[in-house]
Amino acid sequence: MTELLLLSALGLMLSLFLGLLRVLHGPGAGDRMLAIQLIGTAGVGMLLLLSVLLNQPALLDAALLLALLAAVTAAAFTGQQKTHHD
Amino acid sequence: MINILSSILILAGVFFYLAGSIGLLRLPDLYSRLHALTKADNLGLGLLMAGLALHSQDLFTMLKLLLIWLAVLAASATSAHLIARQARRQETGS
Repeated sequence: MTELLLLSALGLMLSLFLGLLRVLHGPGAGDRMLAIQLIGTAGVGMLLLLSVLLNQPALLDAALLLALLAAVTAAAFTGQQKTHHD
Repeated sequence: MINILSSILILAGVFFYLAGSIGLLRLPDLYSRLHALTKADNLGLGLLMAGLALHSQDLFTMLKLLLIWLAVLAASATSAHLIARQARRQETGS
């Protein structure tokens, strides 16, 4: 089971890497924001896997916090763009 | 038995994550990327959480996982909507 969890964490890491490639190439700000979205969800998944792997239940709280902050980033992004264009 | 089931769920979750990332990388424009990413990612996270909840076998942890999943769903739906509306506004120039 430990190997499987480690392997899954590696898979999520690969997913994060692909997201970072999109940040690098992304033609618009919206595309980059989508990659941030991916980093949010994949980060939550990795924290959950690590909380089981390292036997650290506190990481679940960190995952909850990351999930809640993901919404704030998108809201801040749109708000900033709006004031920028007006 | 439970271990096998939870392994299958976790692997399926990782598969959906990777599918979402490949979609983010390969699809041509913002809207289709949004479509690929938000749905595949949340399904992947849900499957991963189902697997981990089976693995933990503890009611408190299961409820917390459910709470995290609901928070991620709400956050992701909101931000997908905001990003799409923002892109649409910029396109139409209003």
